[in-house]
Amino acid sequence: MCTNTVESIDIVGSAKGSRGWMPVDRARIAYDHPFNAPLEHAVTIDLVVSTGEPGDRVALELSADSARALGHAITRALTRI
Amino acid sequence: MIAETIGIRGHRNETIPAYYARPLGAGPFPGMLVIHHGLGLDEWSTEVARKFAEHGYAAIEPNLDHRAGEGDVEDVAARVRAMGWFPDDQVMGDLASAIAFLRDQPLLNGRVGVIGFCSGGRYTYMAACRLEGLDAAVDCWGGSVVVDDPAQLTSARPVAPVDLTKDMRCPLLGIFGNEDPNPTPAHVDRTEAELKKHGKPYEFHRYDGIGHGFFAVARPSYRPVQAMEAWATVFEFLGKHLTAAKSK
Repeated sequence: MCTNTVESIDIVGSAKGSRGWMPVDRARIAYDHPFNAPLEHAVTIDLVVSTGEPGDRVALELSADSARALGHAITRALTRI
Repeated sequence: MIAETIGIRGHRNETIPAYYARPLGAGPFPGMLVIHHGLGLDEWSTEVARKFAEHGYAAIEPNLDHRAGEGDVEDVAARVRAMGWFPDDQVMGDLASAIAFLRDQPLLNGRVGVIGFCSGGRYTYMAACRLEGLDAAVDCWGGSVVVDDPAQLTSARPVAPVDLTKDMRCPLLGIFGNEDPNPTPAHVDRTEAELKKHGKPYEFHRYDGIGHGFFAVARPSYRPVQAMEAWATVFEFLGKHLTAAKSK
């Protein structure tokens, strides 16, 4: 499946990639073919430096259930503040 | 064989990298334009070009992601996906240039085919309708050849390839899995109806119980039995249309 659909949002924070910490400013989320995860489709989350090189990113590839669980866990963590 | 990355002239005469694999010797060999999938010109994609060389074809595979920046193939492909893909006109320009490159080679037998996978299958269908110099086309599970929601058409991708079918210039082979969410069997039915309506020569092969990308050996979608059968179909089809020499 090629969904051709990417959700992209502004973010504030840092992410640690192959070159250490970097200030990320965009998150790109899709449900499409993963590069690495042993799944036919995955939720792919890229935290990127929008003005940086293609390698300036931290990438996640999660099963749909894992991504939902992650989203719920983040929401639960935030309800405690 | 010899396989190497070379520079070729692409869209608007810009130099782009391309993987070029061909048998040793003077030929004549049929030419193949290989279009990589949406995951970029990765290890599996270059294996495909070498497979064609092993079967006696001169295969060129342009790196369509080149303009997204330097870096690891996956990082660059991820950026292209995030951009909403490159404009179709640019990709067609790169592919037209790759066809011209093959047709300039003294080793060519005068015939050129095209094969593409996933998003490359979509480009294959479009190339068969828009570009000159192709004698056969193989669309492997090209997604979004049919566009259900017109809102998905963009300035970069303004036309659904199926709507170009009346201009199809060469015989088409289609390989599809019946469990694929894009293209679904209904999408394939729609494409087939258009091909019939316009009297275009085609063969469609549909496989039960499998989904998308079943040639890709490093992915869980790989289905070795069906992949071997389908590859045999591909080479039989191409042999019929590309191995008889004709004058350039």
